[in-house]
Amino acid sequence: MSTPILELKSVSRVFDGVRAVDNVSLRFHPGEIVGLIGPNGAGKTTLVNLISGFVPASAGDIVYDGRSLAGHKPHAIARGGIARTFQIVQPFANMTVLENVMAGALYAAGCGMKEARERAVECLVFTRLDGFRDTPASQLALANRKRLELAKSLAMNPRVLMLDEVNAGLNSSEIDEAIGMIRQIAARGITIIVIEHLMRVVRALAQRAVVLHHGAVVSEGSTDTVFNDPQVIEAYLGTKFAKRFTTEQA
Amino acid sequence: MTFDRLVFLRLLVGLALFAAAALSCAYLDNYQLQVFTTLAMFCVLCWGWNIVGGYMGYPSLATIAFFGVGAYADGIAQVQGLPIGAAWLCAAAAGAILAVLLGTALLRLKGHYFAIGTIATVEVCREISNNWSELTGGAIGLNIPIQAGDPDFVGRFFFLAMLGLALIAFLATVLVDCSRFGFGLRCIRENERAASMVGVDVFKYKVGAFVLSGALSAAAGGIYASMVAFIEPKDAFNLIMTIEIPVMVMLGGMGTVFGPLVGGVFYVVLKEFVWAYFINWHSGILGVIIVAVIYFLPQGAFGTSWSALFAKARSRARATP
Repeated sequence: MSTPILELKSVSRVFDGVRAVDNVSLRFHPGEIVGLIGPNGAGKTTLVNLISGFVPASAGDIVYDGRSLAGHKPHAIARGGIARTFQIVQPFANMTVLENVMAGALYAAGCGMKEARERAVECLVFTRLDGFRDTPASQLALANRKRLELAKSLAMNPRVLMLDEVNAGLNSSEIDEAIGMIRQIAARGITIIVIEHLMRVVRALAQRAVVLHHGAVVSEGSTDTVFNDPQVIEAYLGTKFAKRFTTEQA
Repeated sequence: MTFDRLVFLRLLVGLALFAAAALSCAYLDNYQLQVFTTLAMFCVLCWGWNIVGGYMGYPSLATIAFFGVGAYADGIAQVQGLPIGAAWLCAAAAGAILAVLLGTALLRLKGHYFAIGTIATVEVCREISNNWSELTGGAIGLNIPIQAGDPDFVGRFFFLAMLGLALIAFLATVLVDCSRFGFGLRCIRENERAASMVGVDVFKYKVGAFVLSGALSAAAGGIYASMVAFIEPKDAFNLIMTIEIPVMVMLGGMGTVFGPLVGGVFYVVLKEFVWAYFINWHSGILGVIIVAVIYFLPQGAFGTSWSALFAKARSRARATP
């Protein structure tokens, strides 16, 4: 196995006595897609916030590309090549779609104005938002807003991309489309961490899955192994899903 | 129209206006020169405020704190024997230093809290200038050496100085508008968290904007102090003016290049008109007009899409039987 691009070493985060993330150690390798799953309140988004620097760790260390991220601000982490999307999409509402994506290229990727514009157009074509480039982001429908988040993150030229429930609220065909896009992004060598409640998406995308429960890792391994783990079935997936999964596997 | 052409057009229009204003000073009498100097001063303050309030979306009410500090810095520097140009530079530097100190603390606050923090700054500055008599002359005020020369020459000198500063403020705004710095400020205005996520160094940008705004406002205070040759706390830290500046920019259009100019001119002319014709009711009438303009044009003259507004009015007219 190659050297991990991102490594969490016994990372914990405590909020007012509650351990939102509890002694988590994980490794992410270049170009892999990892599914991060778990029930609501399991600590998935907190983990993303810790990696992206929005929340400091109470204990442990996060190492990216051989360097500790301790004390780094979110903008510095973004410039270093870690991009994320937000569970509740956070576009620059009154700026156009093109400007939203340009922002990613300008600051995180360090492009000049002209280069940022060209890069943003490429990302809009990739995410099929090209037709909306002059539309204010506030006027986009949910599916397109999610795509915009993806385009913005992509324009940042990331090496690690964390997608926080990027498929939530989308219909079946929109999800299929998003899965196709995420696969194409991973093919570029970008490490993708997919935080999802939709097991269908995790199964379709991730080579590896990590299950969090009460802030701790309860299972980790290949997606098939994790989905058959009795502890995961009991804590999160439920027997109904496990039966369906076993039938489909057979 | 491409991005570069738009910037070029703005520069062209702006420079033409400034050239016309500079040439006009040959034909203006002393009273008119004073009105135009005041107008140029308000434009500087509006452009300065617009960087923080318009582009960055932070409702600063500290403009007059910078203005007053600039006025006192200029006065003290001149009393100490510095030439007038150096005193103006001292004023701008004092504004910038105050902005760094204030910004480091206040820019961690948002919305109403930030606004209250900035307005409190004006009061604190006023109290300091009131009580530090040895340095500021206290409540009695500070006399500043009067500029030598006949009144016509002095009037023109200060008008051109303020106009020059307004030109600097205009050029700074054009630069902010088309630069990655300005783009970052707009991202901060829209969503600070998302701006941070795309790599904008939010705090550094906010302090940078505050410093630029503070230096411009303080320089305006410096020129003003030299012009009137006397400053006192209630004049230098005038709370009404700290409210008037955001109102002017709102009228013209926040976060636009020409909004502060149009808003400033409109407000000053309106104020003069109402003052001249409705002496007893001027504050009330002025207030009603401002509320009406902001109600019907919340984005201001330059922030409003006039074509969309007319299209809406036409469709309403058609729908009415």
